[in-house]
Amino acid sequence: MILRLIERTGVFLVSLAVSSVLVFAFMAVLPGDPARVALGVNASDEAVAELRRQFGLDRPLPTQYFDWLGGLLHGDLGTSYVSKAAIGPQVFDRLQVTLWLVVAGMVIALAIAVPAGTLMAARHRKVSGLALSAVSQVGVAVPAFLAGILLIVVFAVKLGWLPANGWTPPAQDPAMFLQQLILPALALGLVQGAVLTRYVRSAVLDVLREDYLRTARAKGLRPFQALWKHGLRNAAVPVVTVLGLQLATLLIGAVVVERVFVIPGLGSLLLDGVSNRDLLLVQDVVMVLVLAVLLVNFLVDVLYVALDPRLRTA
Amino acid sequence: MSDVLSVRGLSVSVRDTALVSGVDLTVGAGERVGLIGESGSGKSLTALSILGLLPEDVRADGSVRLDGVDHELVGADERRMSRVRGRDIAMVFQEPMTALNPTMRIGDQLTEAMLIHKTLAKPAARAAAADLLDRVQLPAETLRAYPHQLSGGQRQRVVLALALANDPALLICDEPTTALDVTVQALVLDLIVRGVMDRSSALLFITHDLAVVATVCERVLVMYGGRVVEAGPVSEVFTRPRHRYTEGLLAASDLETTSRRLTTIPGNVPPAGRFPSGCVFRTRCANATALCEELPAWTGSETRGFACHHPAGDADA
Amino acid sequence: MRRLNPSLIAGGVIVAVIVAMALVSFVWTPYDATLVTPSSRLLKPSWSHWFGTDKFGRDVFSQIMVGSRTTLFVGVVAVGVAAVIGVPLGILAAMVRRWPGEAIMRANDLLLAFPALLLAIMFGAVFGASTLTAMIAIGIASVPSFARVIRSGALQVMRSEYVLAARAAGRQPFPIAVRHVLPNVTSLITVQASVSFAIAVLAEAALSFLGYGTPPPTPSWGRMLQESQEFLFSAPRLAIFPGLAIAIAVLGFNLLGDGLRDRFDPKLEDRR
Repeated sequence: MILRLIERTGVFLVSLAVSSVLVFAFMAVLPGDPARVALGVNASDEAVAELRRQFGLDRPLPTQYFDWLGGLLHGDLGTSYVSKAAIGPQVFDRLQVTLWLVVAGMVIALAIAVPAGTLMAARHRKVSGLALSAVSQVGVAVPAFLAGILLIVVFAVKLGWLPANGWTPPAQDPAMFLQQLILPALALGLVQGAVLTRYVRSAVLDVLREDYLRTARAKGLRPFQALWKHGLRNAAVPVVTVLGLQLATLLIGAVVVERVFVIPGLGSLLLDGVSNRDLLLVQDVVMVLVLAVLLVNFLVDVLYVALDPRLRTA
Repeated sequence: MSDVLSVRGLSVSVRDTALVSGVDLTVGAGERVGLIGESGSGKSLTALSILGLLPEDVRADGSVRLDGVDHELVGADERRMSRVRGRDIAMVFQEPMTALNPTMRIGDQLTEAMLIHKTLAKPAARAAAADLLDRVQLPAETLRAYPHQLSGGQRQRVVLALALANDPALLICDEPTTALDVTVQALVLDLIVRGVMDRSSALLFITHDLAVVATVCERVLVMYGGRVVEAGPVSEVFTRPRHRYTEGLLAASDLETTSRRLTTIPGNVPPAGRFPSGCVFRTRCANATALCEELPAWTGSETRGFACHHPAGDADA
Repeated sequence: MRRLNPSLIAGGVIVAVIVAMALVSFVWTPYDATLVTPSSRLLKPSWSHWFGTDKFGRDVFSQIMVGSRTTLFVGVVAVGVAAVIGVPLGILAAMVRRWPGEAIMRANDLLLAFPALLLAIMFGAVFGASTLTAMIAIGIASVPSFARVIRSGALQVMRSEYVLAARAAGRQPFPIAVRHVLPNVTSLITVQASVSFAIAVLAEAALSFLGYGTPPPTPSWGRMLQESQEFLFSAPRLAIFPGLAIAIAVLGFNLLGDGLRDRFDPKLEDRR
């Protein structure tokens, strides 16, 4: 088991390193000169050259890469060429916002998927199961931002129960924060919930067929008890495997949902950075997103080993 | 001596197709009864009906009564059946590799059997689990092991220990050694016999292997096409079979035959539910006549009899 | 072994309708989808404008029709890119020995850290937003799923009797790949193509919504959604029509994929 954990950590670190190279190289390919972009078309050549020197853009690429990487490892995300502000604090603030959204979305998704998926599996040949299946099919087809827009139309426009957009930090005004969190979290959670439901259903169906459930019933467990005590842990394994990927989708979904609800999260930071051609900012945010995805996948792998003892003997 | 298990007129059908018809079966206290048949004969379905573990669309009719349980088992609701299973009746299934929960330790799976029926409290259950393992000749370390760390034979022994945990009045075994290596089979069979004898439990042993039945059982029933075609003490049925199918089975198992070719029963077992009308065996029987289109009545008693219009031993003897 | 199941039929019908709509749009649309008519701004649905008009007076129904072209085009190219790269990659990973095969799969998995949207935004930032960058980005992001699925399928084929026989007879790997492996993974490719198509439609919609997809004036469902945002309170229908179009298209391809999967692998039928 230790061997496997070491292997997984190794894969994580290598993926991180390779990704950082890819991201850096990609941004370096960008046509145009970041310094000139920052200063504007009419800037003099000397001013541009001076800015380049200031930001270290005149050094060879590998040096720039290692400098950047070194900075990241120390938590220093550098200074934006465009806004001249430190990038680190911005990212940190925005990250918190996005995290709230993503975690709330995931909680909602799981709260929907686990009961719904299990129910669908238990009744998979009955009408209620098929009906639920059809509903989940529709749920999967709706992108998160569309769900967001529809939710706004229903709950903010027609019913006026909840605000259509905006964001308040929880410390400032908890009630407002919650109200503003509900719709975007629902937008993410409902859609992700539909996707997860299908995975849960499939996993539970597989477990229902297993012989050890029959053994459990032969021991005297009632069907639901058997499923609960023996089935769930086994069904969790394939679902957890897919959670990592789902979290990545959720993270990216958050990027778009933030646009819909005008939430100052990491997504909007990224998009603003792209429109402002604030390259270092974009580079950093992309790296943070990639790190988040890889980290989640790594944690999921570890969780996977914890759940399934068959994986522990190296 | 009252019978532990009393099955009367058991029929199992799926939608409109009959899979098992009119099975009568009794097992006395401490008796070891074998149920022989090939695949498709309905023997496993019979066992599952006793426990109420038939698959969804499959239904059972008739009567199954267990001594000590005051209600009819066929059609009983889940609440009642779950009290019976694992306590009054226990079952060992065919496939040991998939019978145990891969994510749960053996010890926990064993103690669960006792905790479900509140036979023992937790600490006592743990001690009992260790004892159960000891009686199937598995070391105490097995308690902390996971199923994938055990071989097929070891897993089957665990399943046996599980089944016997609450000293059931009746143990049903459905092809328990078929999936095991030959070397391990003898051990497991021995453990089964010892297990039931130690507890004075009754045994219903289902298999297609005549040699195993001869070793383990005192009485045997032969099933074909969803019906019991012959029944009696092992020694008698195996030396003086009356039903033509039993005769064919014994001949086919005779590897010491002097003829150069193995004896087989011509034709194939009809698929479940597509049995011929009247005598189910008539399409493959050399002695069949027009009379056989009528269902043969049971000749003989409960404990020794057969259902055949032209039994062996009549004209021949 | 024809087995038509409800998913296949429903999915097939939806996809067929969308394709038909796209094809028809080349020849006829009720109005010119890009024609700005200030006098007809924000009209409600009526007999002359079936879905009404948008803020520039453009007919919404025509926009939906022409938008289907973009959706299908992006889907086809994205899936094409993903398949052209992913299928050979998957087959290669299955046919080489364990270690290199595993290495290819790891590299493949690395790509999973860059979801379609992220890649497309990055591409858009570097190369400018356009349909082309969107297609290629989505295509590349879809490679990992193709490669994984094809590799598993190819591994199974490799273990089959006739491939073993071919190898025992000394056939070279490339002909084996082409003559034996490829035909047997076609069903997997078709199913995965359908699923990836649905994902591509979603991604394109999101991209256009963000402004990184098809630039104006070419109609695109995602951009229509984005343009509808300022009118959510006054004219929510402007969001509902393109929204429905997107959802129905994705639903159609998903159902098609499910249906195809059931048809090709009868063992799995019970799991539906």
